[in-house]
Amino acid sequence: MAHSGINVLFEGTNLTRLLLGMWTTFKIAAVAIIIGLIIGIILGILRTFHNPILRFVLRIYLEFFRIVPTVVLLFLFYYILPRQMNLHMPGTQVAMLVFSLWVAAEMSDIVRGALISVPIHQKESGLAIGLNKFQLYRYVLVPQAVQLELPATINLITRVIKTTSLLMLISVMDVVNIGQQIVEANNQKYPTGVFWIYGLIFLLYFLIDYPLSWWAGRLEKKRLEQTNGE
Amino acid sequence: MANEVLKVEHLDKYYQKKHVLHDINFTISKGEVITLLGPSGSGKSTLIRCLNGLEDFRNGEITFEGKKVIPNEKNWQQLRQKIGMVFQSYDLFPNLTVLENILLGPTKVQKRNVDEVKQEVDKLLQKVDLLDYKDAYPRQLSGGQKQRIAIIRALALHPEFMLFDEVTASLDPEMVRGVLNIIQDLADEDNMTMIIVTHEMNFAQQIADRVLFLKDGNILEDTSGKEFFKNPKTDQAQEFLQSMNF
Ligand SMILES: Nc1ncnc2c1ncn2[C@@H]1O[C@H](COP(=O)(O)OP(=O)(O)OP(=O)(O)O)[C@@H](O)[C@H]1O
Ligand SMILES: [Mg+2]
Repeated sequence: MAHSGINVLFEGTNLTRLLLGMWTTFKIAAVAIIIGLIIGIILGILRTFHNPILRFVLRIYLEFFRIVPTVVLLFLFYYILPRQMNLHMPGTQVAMLVFSLWVAAEMSDIVRGALISVPIHQKESGLAIGLNKFQLYRYVLVPQAVQLELPATINLITRVIKTTSLLMLISVMDVVNIGQQIVEANNQKYPTGVFWIYGLIFLLYFLIDYPLSWWAGRLEKKRLEQTNGE
Repeated sequence: MANEVLKVEHLDKYYQKKHVLHDINFTISKGEVITLLGPSGSGKSTLIRCLNGLEDFRNGEITFEGKKVIPNEKNWQQLRQKIGMVFQSYDLFPNLTVLENILLGPTKVQKRNVDEVKQEVDKLLQKVDLLDYKDAYPRQLSGGQKQRIAIIRALALHPEFMLFDEVTASLDPEMVRGVLNIIQDLADEDNMTMIIVTHEMNFAQQIADRVLFLKDGNILEDTSGKEFFKNPKTDQAQEFLQSMNF
């Protein structure tokens, strides 16, 4: 074999392009996570209020983003809605929007779950020292909920990062899309190039996601140890 | 009565269809200590929770320091700064240190000066021998220590009136005394107005100016502490005291 497959990575600007693709992926994920988490926390808090209309609307929002597959959401926002509403957004922005809304929906459920699992005594002893509703959430319920929910939040983040691999479907030049292009362009010269390209993509995803999921696991373990020690 | 702190008139409480408090009437004057006694399920917790708005009630009126309480969340939030309450379960906030737990009410609710409050809290902690635990988290404390801090957290708001709901019931026996002593000191030194639910009969007898005996949601006796423990009038009260080995 004249060419070893691994050299496909170093041919021309291939490596830089792949890393740039990864950067795009990372940017989209980061924006979606930050915006999504902030909105999600607010929605999660609102979902613990007793207003039935509010709860119903937010519930529908959650179920919509949970039931509809992300691919369909991406198509919907990239191909269908713009045509109906006559507004054009580049794929990167559509991706950020869709992912933010999705993260917000999932996060609202995580936050709500954590808030309602803070013991009722905590709420009552907060009220008993005269805290108002805002202070109760701000100083007592939310900080405790955050601690409970942190592992689930990190897991959500790893899922978001993984799901960014769908971005090529709406023509975002993410790492998978660029990888695919490189594979196709070099198919003749490097028949085994596909393994190396995807191998590298695998490695990049792994390097981001693995530490996160390790961290989530460790937090969960620590929390269990702590509650057992109570 | 000029120095009447709290007056309860014709209060009824239902949980859904279940009638748990029947036409409750009593008053408590400044500096008076009432122990609220009665068998399990008689409605003691429900009653004192009604007195600081943690439970709503169907009929009846509560008057606090001469003013009729209009029972809405905003009024209760104001009143709870004057009506301290400590519960059976240790419910310090686990995300905050001892000091932060205590400062929360005075500084965030009452917006008092942090340094001033801190000085005062130091004194209170010193008094109950817990100054060294100022920066500890609740999980590092024993049950008795937690309960003493919970009392101080309530006192830091300068309440006019304190409610205690079986604050020693989940403590190991050797921890009980320390907590009861604090309550006793409140009566002796600060002349604090209090309603105390307890199953420590010796303590109840010692501290009570008055006893309310509750059974199935009815106040069956409202009498002086001496009288109640010496000559309980109703059969139910006699039975109750017997069951407590008293
Ligand atoms: N949240 C609730 N929902 C429905 N019923 C309740 C609720 N809380 C209390 N009850 C009922 O109300 C009655 C009075 O209960 P409460 O807790 O006030 O009694 P207690 O005198 O404090 O008893 P204990 O000595 O066991 O603490 C009981 O029959 C109880 O089952
Ligand atoms: Mg009770």
